[in-house]
Amino acid sequence: MTVVIQSEQHLRRHRRVWSYVTMAALAVFFLFPLVFMFVSSLKPDAQILTDVTSLRAFLPVGDIGLDNYAGVFDRVPVGRFLFNSVLVTVLIVGLGLIVNSMCGFALSRLEWRGRGLVLALVIATLIVPFETIAVPMVYWVSKLPTLVWEGGLLKYDFGWLNSYHVQIVPFIANAFSIFLFTQYFSTIPKSLDEAARIDGAGWFTIYRKIIVPLAGPAFATVAILTFLPAWNQYLWPLMVVQQEELRPVMVGMQYFFQLNTAWGEVMAYTSLITLPVLVVFLSFQRAFVSSVAASGVKG
Amino acid sequence: MTTSLTAPAAPARQQLPRAHTRARTRRSTAGRRERRTGLAMASPALILLLLFLVIPVLLAFGLSFTNARLISPNPPRFVGLDNFVRAFTADPVFLRSTLNTFVFAAVVVPVQAALGLALAVLVNQKVRGVTAFRVIFFVPVVTSIVVVSILWKFMYQSDGLINSFIDTVTFGAWQGTAWLNNPSTALGAIIVLSIWQAVGFHMLIWLSGLQTIPEELYEAARMDGASPWQQFTNVTWPGLRSTMVFVLVTITIAALGLFVQVDVMTQGGPVNSTTTLVYHAVRKGYREQETGYGATISLIFFVIVLVIALVQRYLTRDED
Repeated sequence: MTVVIQSEQHLRRHRRVWSYVTMAALAVFFLFPLVFMFVSSLKPDAQILTDVTSLRAFLPVGDIGLDNYAGVFDRVPVGRFLFNSVLVTVLIVGLGLIVNSMCGFALSRLEWRGRGLVLALVIATLIVPFETIAVPMVYWVSKLPTLVWEGGLLKYDFGWLNSYHVQIVPFIANAFSIFLFTQYFSTIPKSLDEAARIDGAGWFTIYRKIIVPLAGPAFATVAILTFLPAWNQYLWPLMVVQQEELRPVMVGMQYFFQLNTAWGEVMAYTSLITLPVLVVFLSFQRAFVSSVAASGVKG
Repeated sequence: MTTSLTAPAAPARQQLPRAHTRARTRRSTAGRRERRTGLAMASPALILLLLFLVIPVLLAFGLSFTNARLISPNPPRFVGLDNFVRAFTADPVFLRSTLNTFVFAAVVVPVQAALGLALAVLVNQKVRGVTAFRVIFFVPVVTSIVVVSILWKFMYQSDGLINSFIDTVTFGAWQGTAWLNNPSTALGAIIVLSIWQAVGFHMLIWLSGLQTIPEELYEAARMDGASPWQQFTNVTWPGLRSTMVFVLVTITIAALGLFVQVDVMTQGGPVNSTTTLVYHAVRKGYREQETGYGATISLIFFVIVLVIALVQRYLTRDED
């Protein structure tokens, strides 16, 4: 009897050791490119290429400094690119939270004709990948009307290309966000609305004062799930923004990379735009993890 | 879904006849206001979806039968099925793009789904420090795919990190190649980094599926003397059915849309070995300004995505 138990404990310990070894090996696999990137961004080009042959590739040793970072700022308006990306991301996420949660509220808590059909259509659009509509949409936005400020006059013109709004407006409404809000809101008891109605509250007040404060987790999930794609936008701004001052960081980096083979500076640029996201992720990792998990709950 | 949403309203309606007339008129004005408010609150999002999702989809259909160009003084002209005929008979790069896209998806979908599940099982153990590993495996997901592509392009160079690693572990017996410049290895190289970047996302989806399986089932299986593998095949796997559908559909759609890695690393080369449907659509429809033909390729891509997603849904449907 005791022998059996001992061997079982032994087996269990054995298994635990192995799973730690496996996880550690995988951790190395997932982290080594990023460590290599950060470390290389601190080294002169010649040293990066010689260090590659040994473990020195992953260690901040030798001629370490921030010269590459200074070089990036000298060569391209990377501060401007960062500002553009922050502006676009904040507006997509912020306006998206308002617009999509209102839609989710209307779809989950209000009675109106066509509601079921609208909800079904919104869900159906989830199957359309953005890549399908990207090319026709460039054509479409190039025909849309716009107002331009020209020589002290507000003029009516056509074409949304090369602007901030072309990077923002198409991505505010999001079928998946609407779906998540609708689902979350419908778990909140309807009796709350009824009580507020009896007290004379209007629907918008119910939305603002009752539902929004109760739906913190849904707002956090949607914010996180829309933040990453907005920050990482690439295909769309590549096509609709040619003007350098309006470029977001990702497209700015691709242009920088094409013109430049000084790997130290390229690594400095990639580190520069990866660090803020990593900091945000590590500080909110619990929320990130539960948001991603929530996105998969209903297929 | 729809039925569960409309159901709670029914009892309120049934109460109506019992209320006296004054209350009923008040209720019906309230009802009218409710309908109007509902539409008003939903409309900003619905109008935006109409403008930037529905209309572009319709345009993809409409433009593919025309010779529209992005910048042109002439209005688009109807050309019938010319674009489709051109794609399948006169554009070998399109056929190659379709093939590459399928090869990429055929490898990435099963491998990434299986690795994601393996990782999820690994980090679902109740051992100390396991959360830290979950976070580490997820780090590539929050790294931009543009950054990842540039970084791996550097590592894939002939004198890069990957080859020096191969050189070290094989003691110089095996020489690597310039992975992205070799037509027979370029797509494989892109597959590796794509899985490396995205697998952490699906690990978390699998993990949330795993955590819905009650612990008692495992206890019962252990009592019956089930080995870890038997526990997996008899308890874990059946419990993951709906998660599996979601994971397969999302990976498939993402894999078929391969674009950024190709645009940053290879521009479709060498000798078209990495060109994909979306890359080709952007090349034709945007860079060469042939919007009509680009829309045709986008439409074909969409039909493929739709068919595969529906087939997957059908094959993995609930038996009951």
